[in-house]
Amino acid sequence: MIELQINGEAHSVDAPEDMPLLWVLRDLLGMTGTKFGCGIAQCGACTVHVDGKPLRSCLLPVGTIGKRAITTIEGIGATPAGQRAQKAWLDVEVVQCGYCQSGQIMSAAALLASNPNPDDADIDAAMAGNICRCGTYVRIREAIKRAAKAGPA
Amino acid sequence: MVFDNIDTVSVPSRRTVLKAGAAGGLLLVVPMSLSRGLAQTSAAFSPDAFIRIDTAGKTTIIMPQVEMGQGVYTAHAMVVAEELDADWQSVSVEAAPPDTKLYANPLLTVQATGNSNSVRAFWKPLRQTAAAARMMLIAAAAKQWKVDPASCTADNDQVIHSASGRKLSYGALANAAAKEQRPADPALKTPDQFKLIGKPLKRLDTPEKVNGSAKFGIDIMPEGVKFATLASCPVFGGKVGNVAGQDAAMAVPGVKQIVVLDDLVAVVGDHYWAAKRGLDSLDITWNDGANARVTTALVWDDLRKAAEKPGLVAKKVGDADKALARGDKHEAKYELPFLAHAPMEPMNCTVHVTPDSCEIWLGTQVCARTQEAGAKVTGLPLEKVIVHNQLLGGGFGRRLETDATEKAVRIAQKVDGPVKVIYSREEDIQHDVYRPAYYTQMWATLKDGKIDGWLHRVAGSAIVARWLTPAFTGNHNIDFDEVDSAIDEPYAIPNMRVEVVRREPPGVPTGFWRGVGPNNNVFAVESFMDELAHAAGKDPVDFRRSMLGKNPRLLNALNVVAQKSGWGSALPKRVGRGVCCQPSFASFIATVVEAEVDENGEVYLRRINTAVDTGIAVNPDTIKAQLQGGIVFGLTAALYGEVTLDNGRVQQNNFNDYRMLRINQVPNIEVHLIKSAEPPGGIGETGTTAGPPALRNAIYAATGIALRRLPIDREVLAVRKKA
Repeated sequence: MIELQINGEAHSVDAPEDMPLLWVLRDLLGMTGTKFGCGIAQCGACTVHVDGKPLRSCLLPVGTIGKRAITTIEGIGATPAGQRAQKAWLDVEVVQCGYCQSGQIMSAAALLASNPNPDDADIDAAMAGNICRCGTYVRIREAIKRAAKAGPA
Repeated sequence: MVFDNIDTVSVPSRRTVLKAGAAGGLLLVVPMSLSRGLAQTSAAFSPDAFIRIDTAGKTTIIMPQVEMGQGVYTAHAMVVAEELDADWQSVSVEAAPPDTKLYANPLLTVQATGNSNSVRAFWKPLRQTAAAARMMLIAAAAKQWKVDPASCTADNDQVIHSASGRKLSYGALANAAAKEQRPADPALKTPDQFKLIGKPLKRLDTPEKVNGSAKFGIDIMPEGVKFATLASCPVFGGKVGNVAGQDAAMAVPGVKQIVVLDDLVAVVGDHYWAAKRGLDSLDITWNDGANARVTTALVWDDLRKAAEKPGLVAKKVGDADKALARGDKHEAKYELPFLAHAPMEPMNCTVHVTPDSCEIWLGTQVCARTQEAGAKVTGLPLEKVIVHNQLLGGGFGRRLETDATEKAVRIAQKVDGPVKVIYSREEDIQHDVYRPAYYTQMWATLKDGKIDGWLHRVAGSAIVARWLTPAFTGNHNIDFDEVDSAIDEPYAIPNMRVEVVRREPPGVPTGFWRGVGPNNNVFAVESFMDELAHAAGKDPVDFRRSMLGKNPRLLNALNVVAQKSGWGSALPKRVGRGVCCQPSFASFIATVVEAEVDENGEVYLRRINTAVDTGIAVNPDTIKAQLQGGIVFGLTAALYGEVTLDNGRVQQNNFNDYRMLRINQVPNIEVHLIKSAEPPGGIGETGTTAGPPALRNAIYAATGIALRRLPIDREVLAVRKKA
């Protein structure tokens, strides 16, 4: 059994050590907010935080996480940066199909937590790993700026 | 769209059903008839409807079209709530079940969401239904109060008699309203009476999409579900030969079962990871079959050769041959590649087959065809196949097909209990139904700086011939989609002919892809317009203006975008602006892309402006979002998109070699919405068709190089050629 800390709760899962966290979340724990897009860390749909750092869960072996804190889209609203990102996403009406947006918000929340006032280059650097097939990039940029404005100076 | 006039397509019977539902309340079904002259017939009780008001006052609007990001749930709900005078804050929406009679798209005759026509097709019928419901609620209240219905009004889920100050809620009136006669021709609001339509209201589906709670097809977890992934024969039409390594696959922790079918192998496990590892450890040999030697080069040779001969005439004005025989004849041949859809949600379908039922969970653009596919595969009667349609993690035309559903049902027949079949991204890209390769030849002559003769010959797959056969055979074997935006090009051309050569590529299944036929035709027309403007020595915008006199809406859009984009102002070296005008999907859109081409031939997007007259804008913010996103979708294809084949196999694998535009490559996209009182046009695909020709023309302006093939070739654009 592997012990995991997810969104502040302890979970115990029967999974092979090399199983990516993505499938543990989705198929074993039923936490389907984290999405499968490519399986090779090219699209960012599976982004989660491990100790606040954004990682692609599709290539993250569950056995390597240990006691580090995992945060998913289901729990990100409990963090100040996550809450601001979610609100900005709603205010700007970023979302279209929505499938990639869990990952987009996770990447944005990590950016906002580490950089309270990101400029365009910071946003590009933090968000270029997240593909949106609906092409919502213009609004993602706007939403991150709005979330930054709403945050601590 | 020419499709309106096709009379060979069977149409659903006109029906007007009004019954008290099982739980009481008002249920209303709209007539969904295509043709105006059909006799009205009454129909039996139906449990499904477009509007349901229960006695507690809850208003539910049943969505005949699926939500795949285009915002139709919100737009349709706004249209209904407007005419119903419902309380916008309390309406809820739900996906329609499969039922072609009730929920067919009036423009498609199929329960399908596509061709950017959800608002166009349902604009009138939904308003009529909602207005009828409002009148019935008013009639019920007036009866109770013993007053003239004309003295009552409706607002915010209430009927109001202002003279006496009395009010009754829709919930309290629902049962009585259900007994009222449905008015035949209810009065619709005029635009000045709209309270919701035209406002940038928040989308109904956004809140659950920002916190991970939204359920897409891939998120459905029936009790006891197992997970499967599959490998289909990499050559289309090929079969499974030998499957070695089955012991090793079964030894993978979590693997439960190996399913070997005629044309595919699937591994079933306790989770996707087990299924994937199990599948990877198999050693499968394939009998490639007839398409084993298909290559992209072979497909192109075949297509170009077929297009040497004249095609079927789709449109004729004046005498094109005579006009093309006088003056300098200009010629250009344009080529667009095969494309995969690659929606972010890979293809997937969850199925539970029992001896007497088949239950299917997925996100599909064709709900009724999904049910039919389940029935066909299992042999069960239609009513034993239950389809639970979910949100779509992107459709783009991929989910207009049932191939993945059929595979999933066939796998599920071998599995005890429900199974979720998930395509890997590689399987998704290599087993798509591809946007056809198109080859378009254009010829024109000029006279006094304007076009005199014009011949436009399209060659490629006729998707409609397969997808909606009666609409093909009923249209003299011309695929209306293949010539869309060619037969209705917007310019005044005195002598023109549009021809179409149907040629199906060997070994490559073809299907609709966002932007459909206009993707090809707008690209060819607008690229050629720039080449002709150059030949005429005119500015590309002025050249277009001079021939748009009979198309004031498009001319206006062109003038707006020219002004907003700073057209004509000075630009740095190797930076250019390109324009595209299009009348496609009943919207009038002009777009300017500003791009830079560096010395290595790499292309950078700098600025994008688009002006759109789409008639009445039901939700202006959604329209802007669709234009922004559609342009990115189209430019992604122009800059990167190409599926190639070798030995019958698709060579692209994943997002590493089937690339997408990313946020750092996308500049601001300004959308200028033009006010209009015309009926709503289509919008979901318009940006996709607008982007590529505008970019191509920007590159032409920046470098003088007239690209005639997509995706753009950076080597051709490079100043310093690579060794």
